[in-house]
Amino acid sequence: MATPVIWKLMLSCFFCFTAAAASAETLVFTAIPDEDETKLVERFRGVADYLSEQLNVDVRYIPVKSYAAAVSAFRNNQVQLAWFGGLSGVQARRLVPGSEAIAQGVEDEAFETYFIANTNTGIEPAAELSALKDQLQGKTFTFGSKGSTSGRLMPEFYVRDTFNAKPDDFFSRVGFSGNHTRTLRLVEAGTYDVGALNFQVWEKELADGNINTDAVQVIWKTPHYPDYQWTIRGDVDERFGDGFKQRVTEALLNLDNPELLESFPRSGFIPAANADYEPIRKTAQEIGILD
Amino acid sequence: MPSSPTVRVSLIFLAIALVGLLFADIAVTTSNPWRDLGNFLFGIATPNFFSTEGLMTALLRTVAFAFVGVALGSVAGFLMALAYRSLPVRIFCAFIRAIHELFWALIFLQFFGFHPLTGVLAIAIPYAGIFAKVYSEILEEADPESGRVLPPGTGNISAFLYARIPDCWAKMRTYTAYRLECGLRSSAILGFVGLPTLGFYLEASFSQGLYSDAGAMLILFYVLIATMPLWVRPKLLPVYVLGAPFFLGEGLPIVWGNVQRFFTEDIVPAPLRNGEGLTGLTPWLSDLMINEAMPGIWNTLVLTQIALVATGILSLLAFPLISNHFGGPIRRNAGHVVLVIARSTPEYILAYILLQLWGPSMLPAVVALALHNGGIIGHLIGRQTNAIKLRADAAEGFNRYSWELVPRVYRSFLAFLFYRWEIIMRETAILGILGIYTLGFYVDSAIQNIRFDRAMVLILITALLNIGIDTLGRYIRRKLALQTMPTC
Repeated sequence: MATPVIWKLMLSCFFCFTAAAASAETLVFTAIPDEDETKLVERFRGVADYLSEQLNVDVRYIPVKSYAAAVSAFRNNQVQLAWFGGLSGVQARRLVPGSEAIAQGVEDEAFETYFIANTNTGIEPAAELSALKDQLQGKTFTFGSKGSTSGRLMPEFYVRDTFNAKPDDFFSRVGFSGNHTRTLRLVEAGTYDVGALNFQVWEKELADGNINTDAVQVIWKTPHYPDYQWTIRGDVDERFGDGFKQRVTEALLNLDNPELLESFPRSGFIPAANADYEPIRKTAQEIGILD
Repeated sequence: MPSSPTVRVSLIFLAIALVGLLFADIAVTTSNPWRDLGNFLFGIATPNFFSTEGLMTALLRTVAFAFVGVALGSVAGFLMALAYRSLPVRIFCAFIRAIHELFWALIFLQFFGFHPLTGVLAIAIPYAGIFAKVYSEILEEADPESGRVLPPGTGNISAFLYARIPDCWAKMRTYTAYRLECGLRSSAILGFVGLPTLGFYLEASFSQGLYSDAGAMLILFYVLIATMPLWVRPKLLPVYVLGAPFFLGEGLPIVWGNVQRFFTEDIVPAPLRNGEGLTGLTPWLSDLMINEAMPGIWNTLVLTQIALVATGILSLLAFPLISNHFGGPIRRNAGHVVLVIARSTPEYILAYILLQLWGPSMLPAVVALALHNGGIIGHLIGRQTNAIKLRADAAEGFNRYSWELVPRVYRSFLAFLFYRWEIIMRETAILGILGIYTLGFYVDSAIQNIRFDRAMVLILITALLNIGIDTLGRYIRRKLALQTMPTC
């Protein structure tokens, strides 16, 4: 019978793989998939080239399909650096002792979520969410990804806090679009009446002329909260040499290529610390998505 | 109540589905579903084969994962088939095949990460369970006569190799080849959770509304499956199986400490991990059961029953498309193309497409499950009618359909349908990942919140539910004395 031979050969093939892949010393990073994949791949390939030039090591970006996959890859040390949202960063740093938030966008200190509505619903913008209660109740609503800060955590918090009800009970239908671009498209197309998204994605799409403002408009803006940040594992110095973390931090803080910054879009990067995200952790615990 | 048991069972299931419809969330929520559908069909008509540099690589990886996964699964399945009489082996096999490939992939992703092993095992493990069952059935059915004429003193192994295997070889080969086709579908959808197969790019193109790119990928996938008889040749198989591991891609290295951590920490229920002991476990478990498991089970069951009946109705409507008893060769060929497309598109991809077009509700899931499974059963029944010889003066048209053909194939139709019951439920659960509130939705939510303890309990519940349906399906088939051959 040939089967045992095939079995052995295949096993040996696997071991070859594991061995070959383990020898490479490359800084691998990822990012939460919060926008259209094409845009992300373009943006982070640029970042990989920039970092590789600054740090003199091979730098590789890998795209992932979910926020949790980004956190898991970071936790499993398959990536050493990541561009996380507020919540995913908190989750990741809890799971990887010694990991640190090293840089955030200038805009991330005071981030916002926009609630948007299809104009057919007749919902008018308001300064207070509570003023929209009657108009919002019973409408269909979409979050972004389940693990998103601006697309899920903060909007869910404000819905619960303001209307004293779970989103499922307050709205007639609650969905998770997957990312901010899709939330925008779905509300624009009327698939959902209302949605919540990252304000930077809205502003950038608006500036690029990609939004039909006759079909969709912003109806409420949340108060400020801290969001996206670069987080690095604590053990990178051991792996890539002393001072590596410092060099990565400096490289990110010094990033001034306007095209690259525009793609985020951020006006620049500033220092960040784990403690900056304490409010996010508390909110996540409050609504029960963090133990 | 009608006296025929098959009719009675059919009516009972129809009634259950109708009651289910009252509770189900069936709606088209997009404001302009037809425009979106039009855009999508236009995209398929104007495919763009040069969208992604990685498309050809993705196709190659899809084939490679399928070959390695199915090969490993068939070897392991064969070994387990030899011990299939032992109850623990049977239970083990039922358990591993009750968990969908995508769930396995989600589990392995947590500790192997983006290593090829994740995709290979995600296919190989459930397939091993299925292979073990089907191979053992084939071995059981082998004619014992050839064994009896062996000279006394022949060893067990020789007897097995020379008397049993030759009789079963053809059937096992056919079935394995058939599973390879299923393997290609499974491999493609693994891309949806991040493995480097076709689904990865398909998901990206669809979610961005790049329908021409997505259309090209679907067309390539159909061509790949339709041309299988041309490129999957017995002589080439060893080359493929030995070569495939080299085309899985490198992925990212495995860190073995993660494996240990997953099993000793991650999946330990939070109260036990935090040292609250058994007193903390009860509220944790009841919270999980009330808020996640129960709604998940309910929606999964409702959707399964509706999809099962929809599949049945569609199969009965679809089989004339390829039956010799109706229409000319041109229409039949067109019918074949329609059914091939319906059954080669994985339910997951169909559901994903329809969800994008119609918005989230159970409707896209029902239609996707009915199209895919109805395509398979319609094809099998249609082929069966071609073997039926009618009298020269038999009725024509609708009378021929309803009085001559349907009664003749109805029993095997029911057999296929009940065989697929469990398969439909497994898919129903997994469609939750796309946002329908079945068990998969809660599994995905738990994983998104990095709560693998909850995810594992929910996956376990899904598996038990599936084993239950499988047992019930087999019981009904036995009661009605329905015989069937396996399909995937």
